Amino acid sequence: MALEPGQLLDMYRTMVTIRTFDRRAADELHAGNIPGAVHSYIGQEAVAVGVCSALRREDRITSTHRGHGHTIAKGADIKFMMAELFGRSNGYCHGKGGSMHIADFSVGMLGANGIVGAGLPLATGAALAAQMEGGGGVAVSFFGDGASNEGSFHGSLNLASIWKLPVLYVCENNRWASGNSAAATQSVEDISVRAVSYNLPGVTVDGTDVLAVYEAAEQAVRRARNGEGPTLVECKTYRWRLHAEQRNDPPDPRPQEEIDLGPQHDPIATFAGHLTQQGVATEESLKQIDGEVAAAVDEAIDFAKASPFPKPEDALTDVFAP
Amino acid sequence: MREVTYVEALMEAFTEEMRRDDKVFHLCGNHGPLAALIPEFGEERVRACPISEEAYVGAGIGAAGSGFRPIISPGMMTFAFTAMDQIVNQMAKIHYMFGGQAAFPLVFRASTGGGRSAAAQHSQSPHPMFMNLAGLKLIMPSTPYDAKGLMKSAIRDNNPVVFFEDQILAASPTKQEIPDEEYTVPIGVADVKRHGSDVTVIAISKMVSQALAAAEELAGQGIDVEVVDPRTLVPMDVPALRASVQKTGRVVIVDEACLTCSAAAEISALITEDPATFRALKAPPKRVCSPDVPIPYSPIMEQFCLPDKDNVIQGIREVLG
Repeated sequence: MALEPGQLLDMYRTMVTIRTFDRRAADELHAGNIPGAVHSYIGQEAVAVGVCSALRREDRITSTHRGHGHTIAKGADIKFMMAELFGRSNGYCHGKGGSMHIADFSVGMLGANGIVGAGLPLATGAALAAQMEGGGGVAVSFFGDGASNEGSFHGSLNLASIWKLPVLYVCENNRWASGNSAAATQSVEDISVRAVSYNLPGVTVDGTDVLAVYEAAEQAVRRARNGEGPTLVECKTYRWRLHAEQRNDPPDPRPQEEIDLGPQHDPIATFAGHLTQQGVATEESLKQIDGEVAAAVDEAIDFAKASPFPKPEDALTDVFAP
Repeated sequence: MREVTYVEALMEAFTEEMRRDDKVFHLCGNHGPLAALIPEFGEERVRACPISEEAYVGAGIGAAGSGFRPIISPGMMTFAFTAMDQIVNQMAKIHYMFGGQAAFPLVFRASTGGGRSAAAQHSQSPHPMFMNLAGLKLIMPSTPYDAKGLMKSAIRDNNPVVFFEDQILAASPTKQEIPDEEYTVPIGVADVKRHGSDVTVIAISKMVSQALAAAEELAGQGIDVEVVDPRTLVPMDVPALRASVQKTGRVVIVDEACLTCSAAAEISALITEDPATFRALKAPPKRVCSPDVPIPYSPIMEQFCLPDKDNVIQGIREVLG
């Protein structure tokens, strides 16, 4: 399915929003305004945007500890995301979740997750629900290379395969599983080959090329909607920043020469080049989008800073649903 | 009225609730008696799962968050441990962590307890661990009547409910009368199984029958025992437990779990930390539990470990002084 110019520009805007959001969130964290830690998605924007551009609003996704990108790409409001990071009562989780647990069920975002691999079974269940509903819905689980070594990955792929569930397993292979390199901890070079064990298609794409990701996701979504079952889509990418940024950042275990290579394959610059070459945009029109995004993120930060803190005793609510 | 076994009572609850709500379906690590539901409801709603507890328990949670009401049956509670991330980090916390924006209505049910020479891994009573998680409702019914009524309430509840079915009770041919008409038993309400005035015995699950047997024997000796069954551990019917102890002034708590941090330990604290109940006590509370060992295989050792009628009588004599 060919993308319209308007859709392409929306994808660009979303990628820039993710990068700007995460850059500013890290700044606010280091300035002492955001507690805890944030896991930056910068460098991986093409994956979330490429995949979510192939989805409908009612399709459901599960995410990871590095979840801001997926949440934004699925259509969540960055004001409520930022308020959650700031621990305020009008954040998505009323201050109970923070960066690692943002969810927005109204746009099919079933939650970021602090446990590596935990989102795969949850998305598998969302896909089962979609299959039983019979409305052609699909589910997507985003996860990293590290998660593909978890039992939850293998159990989920087997389950989805035997039940032909409408689900995409999207592996963001950024070559580092927290502080350990995939080269040292993974039995295969391409995680997509693991699909063979579960009798489902597995593909590997350049995860810094948003159009390549979109194309693979679109095909997998079509298969899923047609009742042909799950697909494993591996996107090779790289995270530019630390695994987790904290008030006092730990040293990065990755070799500096490897870190330096990340921005040389910048998914946003690559896509911007494509858009200008194809005449979809000019450098000026893209700069205008960049400016609008910067203003929107400013506004989200202002909103977060002006938002009320929860009352301490709000900690005691929402343990159980009514 | 008619008579049913514990398992028949549960099967009635499943059948009635599946007819009532087409969002109710089963994820079965082990079909067992649930296979009897297939002719009416089909394999789509009574699903055979691969033995991937982490995957199908998580899938149940995902389906619950997407509008369905799964009943997840791994068979034995011991298999919960291979799905512990999904139970501890997802099931128990997901509603709270996301600020209450979605409900996760599901039942996780499995057999528990010892007494069948099944050895350490297949004889344990891990319900106290679940009590400490915050976010799960916990049910441990002791009779067919309670099992049916509480299972129906569990299926209708909008939260994850863990349902502990004692394996001796589940295998028992003993029948109990239940009404012909539909009924439910509310979650969080204790039941006085026997009224008495000299001592309160709070007993959980299969221990209720041991407590009643002890009460029967002591009645012949002029000791009037009240037996209270909490029925649900979370939420706990604290007022009912305290009221009974305030009446009798003496309490024995019988729980098959290992002594340390058992449900009995928590109940003991709930009784003693309440000033009015504490003042009413004529003797320190007594816990009757399994010792802090994995449950052994050989019947002679297993019976030594699991609390029984004689242990309950001994406990009652201690608090009577």
